[in-house]
Amino acid sequence: MDGLRKILREPVLAATIGVIAVSLFLFVIYPLFKVFQMSVVEDGRFTLHVYGDLLSKAFERRPLYNSLLLGTLVALAGTAVGYLFAFAIARADVPWKRFFRVLATFPIISPPFVLSLAAILLLGRKGFITRMLFQGQWDPHIYGLRGLILVETIAFFPTAFLIMLGVLQAIDPALEESSLNLGATRWQVFRTVTLPLSIPGLASSLLVLFVESLADFGNPIILSGNFHVLSVQAYLHITGMVDFSGGAALAVILLLPTLVAFLLQKYWVSRKSYVTVTGKPSPGRLSVDPFTRRLLTVLCLGVSGLILLFYGTVVFGSFVTLWGADYTLTVKHYVSVFLIGGRYLRDTVILASLATPITGILGMIIAFLVVRKQFVGKGLMDLTSMLTFAVPGTVVGIGYILAFNERPLLLTGTAAIIVLLFIFRNVPVGIRAGVAALQQIDPAIEEAATNLGAGSGRTFATITLPLITPAFFSGLAYSFVRCMTAISAVIFVVSGRWNLITIAILGLVENADLSQAAAFSLVLIAIVLLALGLIQVGVGRVATSQMGYEAAG
Amino acid sequence: MSNAVRLERLCKVFEGRGGTGSVVAVDDVSLEVKDGSLVTLLGPSGCGKTTVLRMIAGFEAPTEGEVFIGDERITALPANKRRTSMVFQSYGLFPHMTVFDNVGYGLRIRKVPAPEIRARVRSMLELVGLAGTEGRLPSQLSGGQQQRVALARALITEPRVLLFDEPLSNLDAKLRVQMRLEIRRLQQRLQITSVYVTHDQDEAMTLSDQVVVMHQGRIQQVGTPQEIYSRPRTLFVADFIGKANFLAGTVRHVEGGRADVEIAQGRVQVPAEGFRPGDMVWLLLRPEAIGLAPAGAGRWQGRIAAATYLGSEIFYEVMVGGQTLLVKVGHPQGATPLGASDPVGVAFDEGSLHLVPREGTA
Repeated sequence: MDGLRKILREPVLAATIGVIAVSLFLFVIYPLFKVFQMSVVEDGRFTLHVYGDLLSKAFERRPLYNSLLLGTLVALAGTAVGYLFAFAIARADVPWKRFFRVLATFPIISPPFVLSLAAILLLGRKGFITRMLFQGQWDPHIYGLRGLILVETIAFFPTAFLIMLGVLQAIDPALEESSLNLGATRWQVFRTVTLPLSIPGLASSLLVLFVESLADFGNPIILSGNFHVLSVQAYLHITGMVDFSGGAALAVILLLPTLVAFLLQKYWVSRKSYVTVTGKPSPGRLSVDPFTRRLLTVLCLGVSGLILLFYGTVVFGSFVTLWGADYTLTVKHYVSVFLIGGRYLRDTVILASLATPITGILGMIIAFLVVRKQFVGKGLMDLTSMLTFAVPGTVVGIGYILAFNERPLLLTGTAAIIVLLFIFRNVPVGIRAGVAALQQIDPAIEEAATNLGAGSGRTFATITLPLITPAFFSGLAYSFVRCMTAISAVIFVVSGRWNLITIAILGLVENADLSQAAAFSLVLIAIVLLALGLIQVGVGRVATSQMGYEAAG
Repeated sequence: MSNAVRLERLCKVFEGRGGTGSVVAVDDVSLEVKDGSLVTLLGPSGCGKTTVLRMIAGFEAPTEGEVFIGDERITALPANKRRTSMVFQSYGLFPHMTVFDNVGYGLRIRKVPAPEIRARVRSMLELVGLAGTEGRLPSQLSGGQQQRVALARALITEPRVLLFDEPLSNLDAKLRVQMRLEIRRLQQRLQITSVYVTHDQDEAMTLSDQVVVMHQGRIQQVGTPQEIYSRPRTLFVADFIGKANFLAGTVRHVEGGRADVEIAQGRVQVPAEGFRPGDMVWLLLRPEAIGLAPAGAGRWQGRIAAATYLGSEIFYEVMVGGQTLLVKVGHPQGATPLGASDPVGVAFDEGSLHLVPREGTA
């Protein structure tokens, strides 16, 4: 209990740890517990009959199968595309690298459902390609598995790309050169050295993408059609059928594979990585033959072309009078964004701006405690704070409405519940950034401050904080983006008084008001880019690359 | 078949990215490495030595010039066809393969039958003193052991040329000395043509048949270790190899292989070839070639400015006529070192002096 005594000697530190521990319990653990409780307790008694109902009939099991199937396919497709993209940029020396990298960050900073919106604009029943190019002769069946694979692969491959880029860049150039030097052909170098060394990264990418696809809500709610998936079904059970225990049980069923994948990634795959430390920077990387380079360039162009086509379609769609019928250009949708959507915009920006700095500071404090301080329950604090990252938004959202709808924690309908949700959903981002930054700082610098008479709080404020400022701001940038584009969890806690732009866009898509939805989405993207630009100018560094990495990790 | 390496007027220009201009890394390098000999490329970082090595290996294509092994022109031959095994600074061991698989890698690529691979890996591991480590992963070996695995892996394919890229710089000082003797022993036993890149002059001195001193992409001098040390041709070589005192002077008279040189402290007679009266020169005086004498004796008079005690020897800084001379004295056990401002005489043999050209105006 030496640690305990040491902490008690520093009341500020002890109080901070106490407050954070209580908040994490209240806003992370307790809502999850409520979901679990709702699914197994009926009339005050423990029962599993909700699960029995959901899993006994083949029809009821469909969403689970579908989610797992979709997750697996998207993980495979997204990882494959991401790896090729990363290989092209890190090894094949393709032209226009910057352009490809910038395009790959588009899906990260845009709201999740924009790609689905574009898919409908292009390939839906009134879609541009369906109607104009094929005269309605061909139905691409995008409502369902096919469409979801398409949009989720585009949405999540950047994560795989960033993970694999990191892996490829970390491989000591001497390894591939050794292989070539010992007589291997370029293909043998790839097969015997590069690929085996990429495997831990590939496994990590597969698991992360699997989790992202399972947790995705924005795309399937628009595009799933009759292909029912867990996240959407859980939502519909609660909002449509007002079946809370059924919704909660579906949420738990959704949570389990996600948690397994997350824990596998965190505790198993990450241990297996062959991080090699390079001796000295090599003048150049081993490249590939011109044919392979051209092939990879074409692939990158294809993927980038698809991204451009999708986003371009949304831009075009936002200026069209009535998609599918009247392609006259107009700005009326933008006018109504500010007329009818002004309130949503205002609410969203206010709530996100409130949540972002608190998220950033909380993340930094937790990172500091976890990296630098010894105290009872430290491991638990670390795990808990990262938990919300792995838990699908749908589960968190259901947890929040169950946990905070009665006194003394009556928060439903308030701005507070949205802000709290934002904070605890995004705090892992800030923690990641903070931990990474802190591990770069020699503890001796902080010890010097303590040595000169500063207490824990003062050391943190005057020494540590300034040193981790860049990480702090990139954490801020990313959590702001996540707040602005959030949908899966917040859809449960918005209210008449406080509503969000993403929810409004979803409503427009459901009403087939596609051009209006497109205009809203672009205004949202513009606000996000503006905020990122401001933060970037403020810090003078590329926040997006860091961000992507955080998303990937 | 001769495995001599011949470089003809090699140049390498790296184009800067985004219009940052280009860098001439290697500038008109011609060199012959005799069959079975070990040549070191020695120079400070950025002198182009590694780029030369990488052009021999085929990792970089020369901007101009040709590379030959024996009579074969290999300038355009891909790296994997050159049979030039490289030992890397970071060892380049495959972390996902055992020692056995690492060493046998080159043979597997060449589709050598498995029983033969087993036998050759075993004997190669014995040769480098690592028998019994076959099943371990590189991460389970010490730095010195990893280095031996890298060496074994490079040797097993019976390369025509062995290339070393600062292979010892990640080892601690003692191990470095031991490993370089071992590398030399192996290289001489196998009679394998070797090119060895280093920035460590001790390493170059102990290992090489020939030392090539490089600076700013150009060869400064090629010679045996003795030649490089005792008869450097440029100020850079003289300064880079060992410690030296440089006294600015002018040649006044040349006769019979000796030059009469005027310096601030007077006139000295120096063994010299190829200098003419009026040439501006640096007079090179090695610290160990200077002796201290009692005040009043010796050639020049001076005072001790500082003394650095190093156990087996003492370095004195001696002020002579406004210039500081570094003097190395083997430390006689028990004798009291001289103290600051003690007056001393400075003695040296004119035969140990050496001239290098001096540029500029005077």
